[in-house]
Amino acid sequence: MALAFDEMNGTDGAIREAYVGLKQWLDTVPADHIALRRSQAELFFRRIGITFAVYGDAEATERLIPFDIIPRVLTKPEWTKLEKGLIQRVTALNAFLGDVYGARECLKAGILPEDLVYRNPGFRPEMAGRRVPHDIYVHIAGIDIVRVDPDTFYVLEDNARTPSGVSYMLENREVMMRLFPELFTEHRVAPVENYPDSLLATLRSVAPRNASRDPVCVLLTPGQFNSAFYEHSFLADKLGIELVEGSDLFVRDDVVFMRTTQGPQRVDVIYRRIDDDFLDPLAFRPDSILGVPGLMSAYMAGNVTLCNAVGTGVADDKAVYSYMPEIIRFFTGEEPILNNVPTWRCREKDALSYVLDHLPELVVKEVNGSGGYGMLVGPHASRQQIEEFRRKLKMAPDGFIAQPTLALSTCPTFVASGVAPRHVDLRPFVLSGSDKVRIVPGGLTRVALKEGSLVVNSSQGGGTKDTWVLDA
Amino acid sequence: MLSRTADNLYWVSRYIERAEFLARVLDATARLATLPAAYGGAGNEWRSAVLTAGAADTFDQHHGAANERTVCEFLAFNPDNPSSIRNCFEIARSNARAVRTALTGEMWEAINGAYLELRKYDSQKMTREEFARFLEWVKSVSLAFDGSAYRSMLRSDAYWFSRMGVYIERADNTARILDVKYHVLLPETERVGGSLDYFQWSTILREVSALTAYHWVYRESLKPWLVADLLILNRQMPRSLAASYENIVRFLDEIGRKYGRQGPSQRLSRSILTRLENTTIDEVFKTGLHEFIDSFIVDNNKLGAAITDQYLL
Repeated sequence: MALAFDEMNGTDGAIREAYVGLKQWLDTVPADHIALRRSQAELFFRRIGITFAVYGDAEATERLIPFDIIPRVLTKPEWTKLEKGLIQRVTALNAFLGDVYGARECLKAGILPEDLVYRNPGFRPEMAGRRVPHDIYVHIAGIDIVRVDPDTFYVLEDNARTPSGVSYMLENREVMMRLFPELFTEHRVAPVENYPDSLLATLRSVAPRNASRDPVCVLLTPGQFNSAFYEHSFLADKLGIELVEGSDLFVRDDVVFMRTTQGPQRVDVIYRRIDDDFLDPLAFRPDSILGVPGLMSAYMAGNVTLCNAVGTGVADDKAVYSYMPEIIRFFTGEEPILNNVPTWRCREKDALSYVLDHLPELVVKEVNGSGGYGMLVGPHASRQQIEEFRRKLKMAPDGFIAQPTLALSTCPTFVASGVAPRHVDLRPFVLSGSDKVRIVPGGLTRVALKEGSLVVNSSQGGGTKDTWVLDA
Repeated sequence: MLSRTADNLYWVSRYIERAEFLARVLDATARLATLPAAYGGAGNEWRSAVLTAGAADTFDQHHGAANERTVCEFLAFNPDNPSSIRNCFEIARSNARAVRTALTGEMWEAINGAYLELRKYDSQKMTREEFARFLEWVKSVSLAFDGSAYRSMLRSDAYWFSRMGVYIERADNTARILDVKYHVLLPETERVGGSLDYFQWSTILREVSALTAYHWVYRESLKPWLVADLLILNRQMPRSLAASYENIVRFLDEIGRKYGRQGPSQRLSRSILTRLENTTIDEVFKTGLHEFIDSFIVDNNKLGAAITDQYLL
């Protein structure tokens, strides 16, 4: 593995332009000042209750995601390119989903194998031949991006189902502005606080055509024991919409209502943070107590908009991901602005044998996994883990893809020994409405706090940073 | 607003109010229990505290004798007691978390801060003095929550439902004290020249933080019927049944006005208030203090159920 590119120190020893001010600050600010601010940041997060439940960790149903106070900085030109690439990618994702559940031109043209779509667990046959309001499927996308050198950003994953993390993006900025006002006077940082407004505008823009001029939007949560509940309540609050659970909603004559202290109130748009499987026990998993019986039939009748649409998981799959460059070319007629990480599809025989021969160098991922669970990072794995993955791969090669172990870029980060480089990724949030695509500059930077670790997921001990896009 | 949100707000307030009530009962009981027998220390004060908390059945399942150690642990910390102070705070916090957006930041911080602080208390290692400080702390949490609600909430349905929880719970708590202690207030137990029950009466007043108020209102030494009058009918006394119902009626009316519709809970609350307004403490004693309190507790529960039916389901 090559030496990682550090976003502050660069490759030639000279501090990179975006970080000059920050480096100077780091060099001059007294250590106890930093220590004080770090403990204040922690206190702040704990008081407001930003916690994250980690599944399988009985000790701590609520745990704080570590926050690193050194921001990650992107320049305006870097961001502009990313933004264009993101808009292109999400536009293609929406067109692809409309096609998969509609005319299926891309399958007819052989852009990707049919079985990858039809046998995909994220594919919802119920949606075939149906149109969704305004033909938008992925209203909220969280596109994971990694960087390997000054000019190369790769898309690592397209989170097209219910991406989370945006509350950390917003709260991180809030905390930074409170703790380090001096940094914000020295840097022109593009604001992110308009995200809730953009999200609300997006949701309202996709209300069903028969909805009133003032559509009622709600946020549907699985409830307070969900790992992202804090975010659900945070967003509902910032948007000024009701935070509902399945039991707060009911369907009568294919119309969705919520139970209020003044009787039933009609609901037009549901920003749902529940997976497809749990949305409606009548249509999907009958044992789901999180969903709303009859919701799918109201959806099919066109009386309610679900954000994201049902069935977007088919585009969020790591096997389909590997075809995204072709999908982008097919639907936009353009060359992809953002590239994929080179990917071996283990379903292909040659690729599989290459992967099996090079397991210690590769990252192997389950096609349908997420959150950093069920993946193998070859260079960091024990022999036993590698053999276990070898067995899994031979047994069900279709379920896996493999990628080279990238030298993810690093950013200066506070650790026990002082300031040290740690690997980062970036999750910008892309909002697709019926009127336009909206992106706030930046996104959520996740950082792997363990030395050398490449796994940034909060469920696996990752932390977060504020992300700055310099506006000058 | 969502019915579930209203329901959660209502119960958050009830649980916080209940925690404070338990703290006051424990505080007053500890004081009474230290008195020599000649001054009315009858030896069953701790049992009486469990009864007042309405937790006798659960207590009997877990403990044999009611004494300072068992009762304090049970009412303050025991996880098996659904209404222990610890459980009250934990349930309140869990309800608050579910409706985080309906609370103001100050209210959430009061509850969440209490929840985090609570973990620092270790019931096993607590000295008497530490326990007393713990009870003071519980009261301060309730005060902080109440004060932040009063100061920071919009005067709208969320506020009214939250307040309603406070007063329904408060009326229930005051009535329970009377229900357990009614016998010491009956006239035949009063003896000329100072009664052994004097300290029982002052304990009752302490349990509702009204010992000083009593003297301001009546300017007399403690008389059992005046203690009953203060707790039942006196509208100046914020924990009396009458004062609680004045508030309940007011908040239900606000809700009815906002929603443009009155219902069973408005009617029931008004009829309970009318009964409290149109009676004197003499009449209460004539018809039977115990019967009066019993039927009040039943009515208060009925109103709770009516509010739930009308708004919270």
